Amino acid sequence: MRIGVFVCQCGTNIAGTVATEAVAQAALSMRDVLHAESIQYSCSEPGQRAIIAAVQQQGLTRVVLAACSPRMHENTFRRTVSEAGLNPFMFEMVNIREQCSWIHANTDEATIKATDLVRKGVARVRAQRPLFGGTVPATRKVLVIGGGVAGIQTALDIADTGIPVTLLERESTIGGNMARLDKTFPTLDCSSCILTPRMVDARQHKNITLMVNSEVEQVRGYLGNFEIDIRKKATCVIEEKCTGCMVCQEKCPGQAPDEFNLGMGPGKAISVPFPQAVPLIAKLRKEYCRQFIKGKCGVCEKVCPAGAIDYEQEDEIVTENFGAVVVATGYDTFDWQGAFPEYGGGHFPDVITSLQYERMLSASGPTGGHVRRPSNGEEPRNIVFVSCVGSRDESLGRPFCCSVGCMHIAKQTILTKEHIPASQSYVFYIDIRAGGKGYEEFTRRAQREFGAIYLRGRVGKIFPRGGRLAVQGTDTLAGEPVEVEADLVVLATGLSGAAGAEELARKLNISYDRYGFLSEGHPKLKPVETNTGGIYLAGACQAPRDIPDSVAQAGATAAKVAGLLARGEIETSPVVAEVDRVRCVGCFKCRDVCPYSAIETEWLRSGSDVAQVIPSLCHGCGVCTVACPPGAISLNGFTDNQMIAEIVEVLR
Amino acid sequence: MSGEVKLVGFLCNWCSYAGADMAGTARMKQPANLRVVRLPCTGRVNPLLVLKAFKSGADGVLVSGCHPGDCHYNEGNYYARRRLELLARMLPVYGIEPERFRYTWVSAAEGARWAQVVAEFTAQVESLGRLDSAAALPEQIFEGRPADE
Repeated sequence: MRIGVFVCQCGTNIAGTVATEAVAQAALSMRDVLHAESIQYSCSEPGQRAIIAAVQQQGLTRVVLAACSPRMHENTFRRTVSEAGLNPFMFEMVNIREQCSWIHANTDEATIKATDLVRKGVARVRAQRPLFGGTVPATRKVLVIGGGVAGIQTALDIADTGIPVTLLERESTIGGNMARLDKTFPTLDCSSCILTPRMVDARQHKNITLMVNSEVEQVRGYLGNFEIDIRKKATCVIEEKCTGCMVCQEKCPGQAPDEFNLGMGPGKAISVPFPQAVPLIAKLRKEYCRQFIKGKCGVCEKVCPAGAIDYEQEDEIVTENFGAVVVATGYDTFDWQGAFPEYGGGHFPDVITSLQYERMLSASGPTGGHVRRPSNGEEPRNIVFVSCVGSRDESLGRPFCCSVGCMHIAKQTILTKEHIPASQSYVFYIDIRAGGKGYEEFTRRAQREFGAIYLRGRVGKIFPRGGRLAVQGTDTLAGEPVEVEADLVVLATGLSGAAGAEELARKLNISYDRYGFLSEGHPKLKPVETNTGGIYLAGACQAPRDIPDSVAQAGATAAKVAGLLARGEIETSPVVAEVDRVRCVGCFKCRDVCPYSAIETEWLRSGSDVAQVIPSLCHGCGVCTVACPPGAISLNGFTDNQMIAEIVEVLR
Repeated sequence: MSGEVKLVGFLCNWCSYAGADMAGTARMKQPANLRVVRLPCTGRVNPLLVLKAFKSGADGVLVSGCHPGDCHYNEGNYYARRRLELLARMLPVYGIEPERFRYTWVSAAEGARWAQVVAEFTAQVESLGRLDSAAALPEQIFEGRPADE
């Protein structure tokens, strides 16, 4: 056995704290190590060449590299040793950057630790044997979850490559939150003029199947071959028959909150969300429907000219196979009422959120595009915008920026002035964050051309006074308290991951943070992938994000998915469990604990039956190895011998 | 380093190991006593490995995986929890204070929490000092298989 040890300096990232030469020197006295050197940048072309040269010139059979996290570059260097002629698994990467040089200040301590870790790596690679992966055929079909602008764009981009896509949406129409917007910053483009054609494109694309009123029920399988149960929720409307004529909505006697308009207008128990909905179909909400509450009504059934109403309709489970899944579930706005009693906690009708205001500005909204005070229907004169309601607020445990608030406030001040030229907008802000292309200029325009008055400071209290609202805050630049008499207050609420995102993440086995945003594989190296192979992200489900960024990310995600499925087959990892037939006693405890049903019975000629792992089903978790009483089942790359050697050596 | 405690950490690749990487990327300084062993899942942690670590000179052992419900492999951390809960109760039998062992959940997004766990656990074991009596553990414990070669 001839082991080579390479210690990366990573410029000063590692060498600044760890004495890399000393670590390499120490490695030379480790068992079977006959070559050790410190390399300035191992991932660079010269660095990789040096490793290959050493392997070939010195006849090395195994390689240990102490550098950054294996989560970062393990695959890079597996390819390097492979190029040098070794099996890619005869390689061990030791993390002396993220988990050593970057977290310690003392060179002696860090160098001792790095040496211990290298010794551990050498012990591990000594007990390693060559491993070979296989390939499995992949299903050339993609599920995109969420029909907002990110999901629509991802679906279109994937479908254009010829790969069939199912676009899943839990509401009755695609369009998402963008469909609620009147205009978009910083160009003031009409939002629906951009979005609606894309929605129609998605509906008409020959490679896209639209599934509305549908949610993911259960997920089985793995990268390349997912089997997914989809729940098609009963809406009492037969999708194929409904023409979207809205007669049912007109005649329905059941009052209900208007979901699409965020409660800003009167709604009906059966309704089409908005006139440009795709597909243009009605949806009945049983909780508000007299037929279901009182047991009699039947008005919609009587008036529907298409015979599309079916009160008996039930949820349906559809099972389909997909090669990859894209999550594009978007965001929800922060539920501010409970957290802000000082702003009235939702009891003042003239305090609304910016998304509600957007509906008011929209010509298709409940006021037909006229700005009105919800309390009395009068035109407001003074409008106060409050930024960061549930953003950048550590006291609420929400320290992050919503990334769109400053911009949509600027947009709304401009639109307000256009709607009501005599109006005056006031903006309470913490900082103006306008980092995108043309954004800074846009916020300046709002102030200079449209006369919005920006006051730097937080609003402390809002209370009714003489039919108006007194807004009290602090102008931190002037250093004095300010009060504005407002007719309408618009709160720029923070963003969270969409309701139900965590539950979906658990079904898909992907990570999420405490705000309900889903985690990417790596912020820079895997920005649209997740930690689970075959599952990708697009749009604001990952973090607050505006439309240009969501659309750009959707394109990136589509390229990744198309790349994955282009070859029609997928390489499988050889890090799977293996049974030693001689040791196996056939107790099948491994089968009981396996989360993937990857273990079956193998009948031996001797008459005994032993466990057998199906490599294509095994995910390599290793739970079985601990359950096995005789230690007959082991996980490639993480065998007992390897783990034991690691522990003993790291503590030596 | 002779007077200092030695700690071994078994970390799930998908959450705590990534969380530890994140703490490093954010340059969150931590005590240097811990040596991390990377695993695909805490469900791979054989309790015997923990005992092996104590027998081999560890003064404290930390196991960290995905939060319950968030296991990358659906349920591996539940197996880990059961196994390690039992192990924790057995440690006093071997003369090892239960405070020398901890299992915890740290996600890939919780770099700060990881740094805190390391600091707390290191301080906890330091207050107990070096483990001088792993003697109650059998001399031959978890020896593995004879090498293939």
